[in-house]
Amino acid sequence: MLSERRPILLTNARVIDPSRDLDLPADVLLADGSVREIKRGIGAGGVPEGTEVIDCTGKVVAPGLIDMRAFIGEPGAEHRETFASASHAAAAGGVTTIICQPDTHPPIDEPATVDFVLRRARDTAIVRVHPMAALTKRLEGKEMTEIGLLKAAGAVAFTDGAKSVTNANLMRRALTYARDFDALIVHHTEDPDLVADGVMNEGEFAARLGLLGIPTTAETIMLARDVRLVELAQSRYHAASLTCAESLTVLARAKEAGLAVTASASINHLTLNEMDVGWYRTFCKVSPPLRGEDDRKALVEALRTGLIDVVMSDHDPQDVETKRLPFSEAEPGAIGIETMLVAGLRLVHSGDVPLTTLLKAMSTRPAELLGLPGGTLKPGAPADVIVLDLDAPWVLDREDLKSKSKNSPFDEARLTGRVVRTIVGGRTAFEWV
Amino acid sequence: MNVAPKPAFVLRQRHLLGIEGLSCEEIVGLLDLAEEFVELNRQVEKKRTSLRGRTQINLFFEASTRTQSSFELAGKRLGADVMNMAVQASSIRKGETLVDTAITLNAMHPDILVVRHHASGAVRLLANKVGCSVVNAGDGAHEHPTQALLDALTMRRNKGRIEGLTVAICGDILHSRVARSNIILLNALDARVRVIGPSTLLPPGIERFGVEVFRDMREGLRNADIVMMLRLQRERMSGSYIPSTQEYFAYYGLDEKKLGYAKPDALVMHPGPMNRGVEINSTVADGTRSLIREQVEMGVAVRMAVLDSLSRNLPNA
Repeated sequence: MLSERRPILLTNARVIDPSRDLDLPADVLLADGSVREIKRGIGAGGVPEGTEVIDCTGKVVAPGLIDMRAFIGEPGAEHRETFASASHAAAAGGVTTIICQPDTHPPIDEPATVDFVLRRARDTAIVRVHPMAALTKRLEGKEMTEIGLLKAAGAVAFTDGAKSVTNANLMRRALTYARDFDALIVHHTEDPDLVADGVMNEGEFAARLGLLGIPTTAETIMLARDVRLVELAQSRYHAASLTCAESLTVLARAKEAGLAVTASASINHLTLNEMDVGWYRTFCKVSPPLRGEDDRKALVEALRTGLIDVVMSDHDPQDVETKRLPFSEAEPGAIGIETMLVAGLRLVHSGDVPLTTLLKAMSTRPAELLGLPGGTLKPGAPADVIVLDLDAPWVLDREDLKSKSKNSPFDEARLTGRVVRTIVGGRTAFEWV
Repeated sequence: MNVAPKPAFVLRQRHLLGIEGLSCEEIVGLLDLAEEFVELNRQVEKKRTSLRGRTQINLFFEASTRTQSSFELAGKRLGADVMNMAVQASSIRKGETLVDTAITLNAMHPDILVVRHHASGAVRLLANKVGCSVVNAGDGAHEHPTQALLDALTMRRNKGRIEGLTVAICGDILHSRVARSNIILLNALDARVRVIGPSTLLPPGIERFGVEVFRDMREGLRNADIVMMLRLQRERMSGSYIPSTQEYFAYYGLDEKKLGYAKPDALVMHPGPMNRGVEINSTVADGTRSLIREQVEMGVAVRMAVLDSLSRNLPNA
């Protein structure tokens, strides 16, 4: 349940605002749904009457996370996930804004469906929800959607979700058309013909398991094509989920050329590799597949340098019927909205990525790319704030997860650090007790 | 009233294949001559004899109602024998057959061929193979010179001038021969030309045509004197240039609100045929600021001027 909205004062915190590269000890005052003030000793100077004072000694206070890629079952697969269940999972994971994907049933390809999603989320979710709309009608890759009207209805970006648009001419026209509306196109870069029947990363390990592989080239070819098309269209483009070093080379060159090309990496590809598939664990079957350790390391380094802009959960709830199957027959997908941040903390604790950098990729950058007001603690910003205990050790039990589906690759993982409080619009949406 | 065309005015070339290649003097000369035919066409007795004994063949490889009937009337009023040949697009195989058709027709000794073809450049190809005068009645997305002339005549009669007018050409520029001919003509006569449309319907390189390019009607129509809407050529669209006609109308369709961005005395034009509710709504199309019906009237006069002036170049004229 949402608590009543009265002013909240978070005292003695380590405040990290990645939008300003701030990392300092201070108090944070939230009032009327906004960040009011950040400075030391606000509490000593007297606070508005009725203020809830929360001692955050030893804790980190940061902007709420924006998960740029989450598949929610609504409409059409409510048995796997609803806005309500996803939003509780999100709040527990420090995610205050979910960007949901359009490959639902029916797909989010008309303004009326965008409207439905926004109303449904408003009525049932405890965090903010913004949909991406389909890039092509019925996600068929044949005709572009009403990008102008969909954006006006509230779609924050355009994507065919986990499908790639193979028709280069259509992709060019969509990019060209989207530019007139300053719309962001997000694309899953995988050539389906090269993926073919592949189910995991191509290489020795797949060969030993007797599974058909998916080459990294399937991704790099599509990304390289897209970059050339962006060069023609001069529009804003975001690669939905990059996984390998070769793609990062293409991305780096596009950015050096001054193109408005950005990219995400999923928390799965940053923290797991193909070896985690082990003896055919279907919870580690994701799309694109988990790659080798060299690619994972390259991805982490790209996150550190800012080449990778966004880290997202790729949250994809699947149930027993779609996962308790032979590996090659199981659906890809892993839930992750609740574990995105704590899994990411592994990279922080290992010294690979600074905390501010990780938080920036999970809040500030998605806000900038999608034109959302969050991802910052600047005074006046929405009071979407999380409180973290960086050092709490715990073991993840998937039955404790709030998502309706339990397909977490982090089941039984030993984790360090967790979200202790999530505040959305000035109200506490989650508190760890 | 007996109005005599100025006998002095003659086009330099044998054909009218495009606005490109016409001098300012020729354009203005054609417009002045057309003014006289406007008066003539309003008389009971509309006949003249400058094309008496001449044979005009209207060779239309692409369906047309208004352009073809306009050329037919123009020829008949000048005394020519006019024959209409509608060639089914499905029964021809472009290049080779087009040339064969030209050679066959040439053997019949026509004096003027009026040609429309769906392929850009086809009219020029045909003109190279015949001995008579050829008038381009529209070739692909290349040129439609008589449309640009009639548009200019309509503008001049209503605004008193072309020079200095701000003309916004809106919509499907990519597929439009009307737009190309108008851009050339209006630039030649020192109008300020703007094009407005979604990027997918603007040909790459259009900004080098001497036009200002806009993607937004509100910005593009600001201070416009003339709002020229183009037909959304859905029949030429293989593939997805725009998502839907609803969205197209929402952002680029001319309604009272968008017309309000232009000057208070801005006038509305459309070459026809209109897709009502797609690029223009009926209130605007039929409103007091619409010149659309007058454009049709000017069409006959302009085509008479073209045929008349070309006839002076014919052998034995």
